[in-house]
Amino acid sequence: MVERKRFLDFLPHLVLLVGIMIVAFPVYVAFVASTWDASTISNGQMPLRPGPYFLENYYKTIFVGTASSTREPVGGMMLNSLVMALTIAIGKIMISIVSAFAVVYFRFPFRMTAFWVIFMTLMLPVEVRIYPTYKIVADLGLLDTYAGLTIPLIASATATLLFRQFFMTVPDELVEASKIDGASAMQFFKDTLLPLSITSIAAMFVIQFIYGWNQYLWPLLITTRDDMQTIVIGIKKMIVTQDALTEWQLAMATAILAMLPPVLVVVIMQKLFVKGLVETEK
Amino acid sequence: MEKRVVFDGKLLPYMLLLPQLAVTLVFFYWPAGQAVWQSFLIQDAFGLSTEFVWLENYSDLLSKPEYYKSMVTTAIFSALVACLSLSLSLFLAIQADKQIRGTGAYKAFLMWPYAVAPAIAGVLWLFMFQPSLGLIAQALRSLGFDWNPLLNGNHAMTLVVMAATWKQISYNFLFFLAGLQSIPKSVIEAAAIDGAGPMRRFWTIIFPLLSPTTFFLLVVNIVYVFFDTFGIIDATTSGGPAKATETLVYKVYSDGRLGGDLGGSAAQSVILMIMVIGLTAIQFRYVERKVQY
Repeated sequence: MVERKRFLDFLPHLVLLVGIMIVAFPVYVAFVASTWDASTISNGQMPLRPGPYFLENYYKTIFVGTASSTREPVGGMMLNSLVMALTIAIGKIMISIVSAFAVVYFRFPFRMTAFWVIFMTLMLPVEVRIYPTYKIVADLGLLDTYAGLTIPLIASATATLLFRQFFMTVPDELVEASKIDGASAMQFFKDTLLPLSITSIAAMFVIQFIYGWNQYLWPLLITTRDDMQTIVIGIKKMIVTQDALTEWQLAMATAILAMLPPVLVVVIMQKLFVKGLVETEK
Repeated sequence: MEKRVVFDGKLLPYMLLLPQLAVTLVFFYWPAGQAVWQSFLIQDAFGLSTEFVWLENYSDLLSKPEYYKSMVTTAIFSALVACLSLSLSLFLAIQADKQIRGTGAYKAFLMWPYAVAPAIAGVLWLFMFQPSLGLIAQALRSLGFDWNPLLNGNHAMTLVVMAATWKQISYNFLFFLAGLQSIPKSVIEAAAIDGAGPMRRFWTIIFPLLSPTTFFLLVVNIVYVFFDTFGIIDATTSGGPAKATETLVYKVYSDGRLGGDLGGSAAQSVILMIMVIGLTAIQFRYVERKVQY
């Protein structure tokens, strides 16, 4: 603060607190709804404090499932989401880090072509090539499989760019030292470069885990079996257009469960997350 | 920038690039090429024969008022979400950047909506604004306002705008805060000594220095509204009522999936692809050189 007015210091705090309350309010309402019974919610008299049905609702959501929609328990959906998010995050990191390594530490014909081929995928979000991609996955017989759910989303220009940027800052002396020690390229990669990249890898993991967990359109198209559903898709099927049939308390419990893992990852790893975000996108 | 010291290897670099290039070619370029090819074809109703029709799908598309309606919907949606989320998050970031205690804590509390899936954000807002039992819908009704996003297109649009803005605030906030914190405090102090008040300092120093960040965020927000809001729209309004919330991406989905019009859907995809390429090019042309953190 440039001005020295004691009481003015209070204002930013107030504004930020109000901002946080507004941001948190929808989630609070969802949490409260997940602790009441169906009739309290459906008569529109839900109080703004948690009710007594917390354990019952969450047990029902995770292990039993809703009556009106798919009857698929949310626990299984969460597992699918977890497999999908982890496979996408780890897969993206693995194939991106080795391709960045190739582009930065080797000179070979078509090096820049390869780089641009990867780079251009930034401009092809899955939403615009959705039906042809669907058809290819169907032709490969990968519908309703984890492979079909994850592999088409695994190529990543952003991860490759981040690792490339990071490798550029690694001092050349380290390569020279490794070479003098007689290390091969892969030994240098494994013993020197990977340990140095841990922070970048972790930052990328946070971002890509969230990306994978939150996918919507892709799993919507390529999973037809209920037991392959992810939680983000599953919740939509719980909300039935006829109001009376929607079990809002279970839908809201699902919403809370669906945001828990990615939000936890962000909150726990916030420093890395911010670093990764600001560095990849600039 | 190039490395001075590199490794030798004829085959190794290609082996390292292989997985990435394979996935990219099979699942990015091949389908993108298919989309372009398909956009020149018309398939009969039973899928038995296809005919190459040059640009007929495009001219068909561009002669339909629904397509323009969807464009207008997308434009309004993007403009509202970008303006709202940018201004709100800039305001919050300025407050957090004032040298007060607990900036880190505020940052932690404001950034988590980034991690919430768009579809889940949509469901949260849908619940609060559900006409018959939603908390806020009831409050509105008791004030004599007949809120119904299921029937009223403007209400439905308001609902998706709120959910999309809510989801995007944290992202913009993080970038604005990073931008603000990179402005040297001495510049602002010098202006204060010269007698410039807070508003004047904001408009003559902070805002211009922040403009590359703002521009970058504007592009990112538009791309976000175009593509990532699919989940919000599908989970809350499904493009309705009467296509009032049908954005361009949602139309690609609904025309292809429900309408079975693959040629028309592909033509729409190609137009969208051109838009993304344009936006990304702008972003790199103007932002890459100017943003400094």
